[in-house]
Amino acid sequence: MPIPRFPAGPARVLSVLPLAPLSISLTAYSRKVAKNHPGLFRRLGEYSHTRFILDPTDLPFVICLEPNGGVPRVTLMRGRGNGAARIAGPMAALLGLVHGAYDGDALFFSRDLVIEGDTAAALALRNAVDDAELDLAQEFINMSGPFARPLRRLFAYVQHKTGVSLTHSEIAGAW
Amino acid sequence: MEIVCPAGTPAALRTAVKAGAHTIYCGFSDETNARNFPGLNFNRTEMREGVEFAHSHGVKVLVAINTFPRAGDEVIWHNAVADAEAAGVDAVILADPGLLDYATNNHPKLRRHLSVQAAAANADIINFYAQRFGVKRVVLPRVLSVQEIATINAEIEVETEVFVFGGLCVMAEGRCSLSSYVTGKSPNMNGACSPASHVEYHDDNGVLDARLGGYTIHRVEKGEPAPYPTLCKGCFTAGEKQGHLFEDPVSLNAGQLIPQLKKAGVTALKIEGRQRSRSYVAQVVRNFRAAVDALALGQPMPEGMLAKLSEGQATTTGAYKKTWR
Repeated sequence: MPIPRFPAGPARVLSVLPLAPLSISLTAYSRKVAKNHPGLFRRLGEYSHTRFILDPTDLPFVICLEPNGGVPRVTLMRGRGNGAARIAGPMAALLGLVHGAYDGDALFFSRDLVIEGDTAAALALRNAVDDAELDLAQEFINMSGPFARPLRRLFAYVQHKTGVSLTHSEIAGAW
Repeated sequence: MEIVCPAGTPAALRTAVKAGAHTIYCGFSDETNARNFPGLNFNRTEMREGVEFAHSHGVKVLVAINTFPRAGDEVIWHNAVADAEAAGVDAVILADPGLLDYATNNHPKLRRHLSVQAAAANADIINFYAQRFGVKRVVLPRVLSVQEIATINAEIEVETEVFVFGGLCVMAEGRCSLSSYVTGKSPNMNGACSPASHVEYHDDNGVLDARLGGYTIHRVEKGEPAPYPTLCKGCFTAGEKQGHLFEDPVSLNAGQLIPQLKKAGVTALKIEGRQRSRSYVAQVVRNFRAAVDALALGQPMPEGMLAKLSEGQATTTGAYKKTWR
């Protein structure tokens, strides 16, 4: 199955959105996620204060992630951004890596993922995230109070329609 | 036959258990194992919890302590053996004769396997390890044909384990120092061949350069599959020829040879890839579990869908079917 690409039309809409409010919201969200997954930062070890650039190549911005030892900051920015390590690929590939739907090395072999800069830092982030078994949609749903139920349905619908992994992948199946 | 599956993290261990592994191998987060990569491996608490989880589902855990102790720092490796036993693991996988001797004398009840890092490739040396150190299983190097494995099994008493999938090393493992010439780090003592700290990638309009220790070791054009940045899979010029002079960038897949390997007396099938994700673990373990279950029922080997997970997106049966250039 080819990796889904973010449609060009909506991507153009995103290119005019103000990034500062989005960055503030994502930072608040990431700090709540961080509280639930302290092991992720422990596993990052010496790279828990490294500045990472996550580059969704089908979106008109990059994501600057600063783990800050467990108090992360997320900043969206135009252009290439500046960090110790850059991980670039379609947004669906980056989300799929977080949720365990894709294997990072396989995406690298197929050239769907590019790593530049500090390879060891990028590897530490990939391994720490893979071990954390994050579920970004579920984390968001948990913060949504009365909107949890419609949001869950919305995420499930979007995932089904687009093939983008928005939730923890049940890769091991029933047992 | 027993499927021995990799786990680089506790999440990967749980995934392997769920996917049908009979046995899992893993290592501590230090230089005592040959996959000493950033963000990978188990601390002591994680190891204990991982063993408990695996055992509660009837799955065994082996701990690789398969690098070679540095002079003066042997205690790091000794502690790893002691902590593995305290965690309740089913066996340790060792390579260094000194460490085997230590484990034999100080942890006699702890089952010992001989790592592929020991490069034991004939019956005499395997029998020596079995008699001298009570080794119960040997992981054979990836340089033997199926016929050679059958010959060895006919002359030894211990179990044999062979690699069936994943990264392919054709060197004499545990003795290859190729990457240390450009990184200054030994895969056999520091635990990482081509360590990530010495790897750099540069993508220039789709042309990907991989550098190791500052040297460009291969370049792939836009759309071409990328290999690992290991020297043995680098691209070199020799005389008039340019190419992968040591080894092509492909992965091992001996799935279709499982019936022959069983006939050759092999006990366990090992999947390489402690550095890989839980997605890889789940897919590969499921495939190979299905294959050995099919074999047990006398059914043909199922066709796998694992090429995309393979280095260079290509697979080989390696030395099991020797067709050297």
